[in-house]
Amino acid sequence: MPPAGIFPDQRRGRRMRRVVPVLTVVTVLVALWYAAVAPMNIHGAVDIAARGGMAVTPEAPAERRAMGGWALLVQNTGAVPLTYNLDRPQLPAPHQVAAELWDTTAMKRVTSKRSLIYHGWITLSATLLGFAIGSVMGIVLAVGIVHNRAMDMSVMPWAIASQTIPILAIAPMIIVVLNSVGVQGLLPKAMISAYLSFFPVVVGMVKGLRSPDAMQLDLLRTYSASGGQAFWKLRLPASMPYLFTSLKIGIAASLVGAIVGELPTGAAGGLGARLLAGSYYGQTIQIWSALFGAAIVAAALVGIIGVLQRVTLKRMGMAEG
Amino acid sequence: MSGFFARYPLDLLGAALIALGFVVDWRLGVILAIWLLAWRANTALARFSTPGTRYLVPAVFGATLLALWQITVRLYDVPGVILPAPTDIAARFAVSTDILWADFVQTFVKGALSGYAIGCAAAFATAILIDRTPFLRQGLLPVGNFIAALPIVGTAPILVMWFGFDWQSKAAVVVVMVFFPVLVNTVQGLAEASAMQKDLMRTYAAGYWQTLIKLRLPAALPFVFNGLKIASTLALIGAIVAEFFGSPVVGMGFRISTSVGQLALDMVWAEITVAALAGSLFYGAVALIERWMTFWHPSQR
Repeated sequence: MPPAGIFPDQRRGRRMRRVVPVLTVVTVLVALWYAAVAPMNIHGAVDIAARGGMAVTPEAPAERRAMGGWALLVQNTGAVPLTYNLDRPQLPAPHQVAAELWDTTAMKRVTSKRSLIYHGWITLSATLLGFAIGSVMGIVLAVGIVHNRAMDMSVMPWAIASQTIPILAIAPMIIVVLNSVGVQGLLPKAMISAYLSFFPVVVGMVKGLRSPDAMQLDLLRTYSASGGQAFWKLRLPASMPYLFTSLKIGIAASLVGAIVGELPTGAAGGLGARLLAGSYYGQTIQIWSALFGAAIVAAALVGIIGVLQRVTLKRMGMAEG
Repeated sequence: MSGFFARYPLDLLGAALIALGFVVDWRLGVILAIWLLAWRANTALARFSTPGTRYLVPAVFGATLLALWQITVRLYDVPGVILPAPTDIAARFAVSTDILWADFVQTFVKGALSGYAIGCAAAFATAILIDRTPFLRQGLLPVGNFIAALPIVGTAPILVMWFGFDWQSKAAVVVVMVFFPVLVNTVQGLAEASAMQKDLMRTYAAGYWQTLIKLRLPAALPFVFNGLKIASTLALIGAIVAEFFGSPVVGMGFRISTSVGQLALDMVWAEITVAALAGSLFYGAVALIERWMTFWHPSQR
C-alpha cells in the first residue's frame, strides 16, 4: 500500500474500490430477497385474495396447497402485490422488516415492552456483564497457564477440548437450576455468556503471552529483568493483537450465549424471548426484526472492539500501517 | 523443621488452608485436602517431560474434578434437581441407552451431519466460483466475515417454520451456520499459493483447472480444514438449539428441554455427555483427516 494521505482523491478512490463490490453484493442479496418474497408468500396471498372475492386459478384450497410456489405465482400474477404486505408472511419483505425495526425502536418509548431497544438492552447488559467476567477470568487463567507448568499441562488440553463440546446445549439447564436456587434475572444469562467467552480468551491469550521468541526473552534476561518485568514489558504488550482477536470472537459468542439463555425462561424479555415469542405466535416480522436487532448489536460490539484494537495497537506502535 | 518450611512454602500454605477448611467445616476440609493433594501430585508429575505425562497430567486433572464433583454432591447432600452426582448420571446413561441412541441418530446423524455435508459442500463450491472473479471476492468476503460473526442460531425459528419440525429444518439451520466460516476460510486459502508458484505452473502451460487442482487446492487445504473444524463444532450446536424451537418427540435438544422441565437433570447430563462425546469425536475425525491430507504442512510435522 502506498502511504495514505498525500493525495486525498487517491485515498478516496481506494476506499471506493473497496466499498463498491460490497455494496453491489449487498444490493444483489436484497434483490434476491425481494425476488424470493413473492413465491414464498404466494400461498397466503392467494388465500386472502380468494377470501376477498378475487378470481384465483385453482379454486380448491387443497389443490393450491399441493402446488409449488412458482407454479401458483405464474397462474395468479394478480396476487403478487399482496405477497409484499401480508401480516404474517412466510418471508417478510425487507421493507416490512425495516418498517418494524423503525416502529419498534424509534417510535416506542424505550421503557415499553414493545420496544426493541428495551429488549436489546436486556440482552446487551447480560452480554456485557458475562463478557467482562469471562474475559477477565480468561486472562487471569492464561497468565497462570503461562507461568505454571502444571497448570499448563492440566488445564490447557481441557480448555481446547471444551471448545469442541456444544456448551450452548447446557444453557437451558443452567438457567433452570439457577432459577431453582433463587438466582434470577441477569446473572444466569451472564454466566452462560461468561462461559462462552472464557475459552476463546484463554486460548488466544496463552498464544499471545507465548508469542515473544526465545531471543527476546533471552535479551530481557541479559538485562537481568525479573519475571514480573518480563511479563509487563514484553509478554503482555506482545499478547495484545492476540487478545483483541480473541475478544472479538468472545463477545460474539457472549451475545449468542445471552440470546440462547433467554430461550428457556419464557418471554421474560430480551432478544431471545422476542425470537421465541415470535415463533410461538407466527409473528414472522417480529422474528426477523429481532434477528436484525441482534445482528446490529453483534456488529456494533465487534466493531467497537475493532476500533479499540486499532487505537491501542497504533499507540503501542504495533499497527499494521 | 524451619528448613522444611523454607523449602516448601507452598506446601505449608496448602496445609494451613486445609486446616482452616477443617476448622470451618470438616467437609470443606476434606474437599480442600483432596484438591490440594491432587494438585501437588500433578505439579510433581509435570516436572517429568516424558510422552506419558503429557496425557497423564490432564487425565489426573480431569479425574480430580470428577472426584471432587462426586464427593461435594455426596457430602453436602446436593439434591438431584440441582446437580446430580457423576455416578447418578452414569447410571441414568446405562439405563437409557436406547433413548439416547435414538436422540443421537435424530439430532447428530440426520440433522447435524447432513447439514454439515450440504453446507460445507455448498460453501466450497461457492468459494471456487467467486474466486474466479476478484470483484465478487472483494464484495463477498467482507459480507461473509460479517455474517460469520452474527448470532446465526437466531435464524432457527424461521427455518423451523419453513422446513417443518423434523430433521430437515435442523439440517437447514446447520447449513446456514457452517456455510460462512467454510466459505471465508476457503477463499482465504485459495489466495495462499504464491505468485512464484503460480508462475511456475504457467511455465508448465497448466490451465486454470490444472493449476487449481494441482497447486491451489492443496495449498488451500490447511485453511479449508480450519473452516471445517470450526464448522464441526457449530453443526451440533445448531442442530441442538434448533430443536428448542420445535421438534418431533425425539432428539437431543428436545430431550434436554423437556427433561429440564421435568427436573430430570440426570437425563440432561446424560444427553450432554453424548453431545460432548459426539462433538469431540467429530472434531477429532476432521482433525485426523486433516493430518492425513496436509501431512506436508509445518503445523502437522
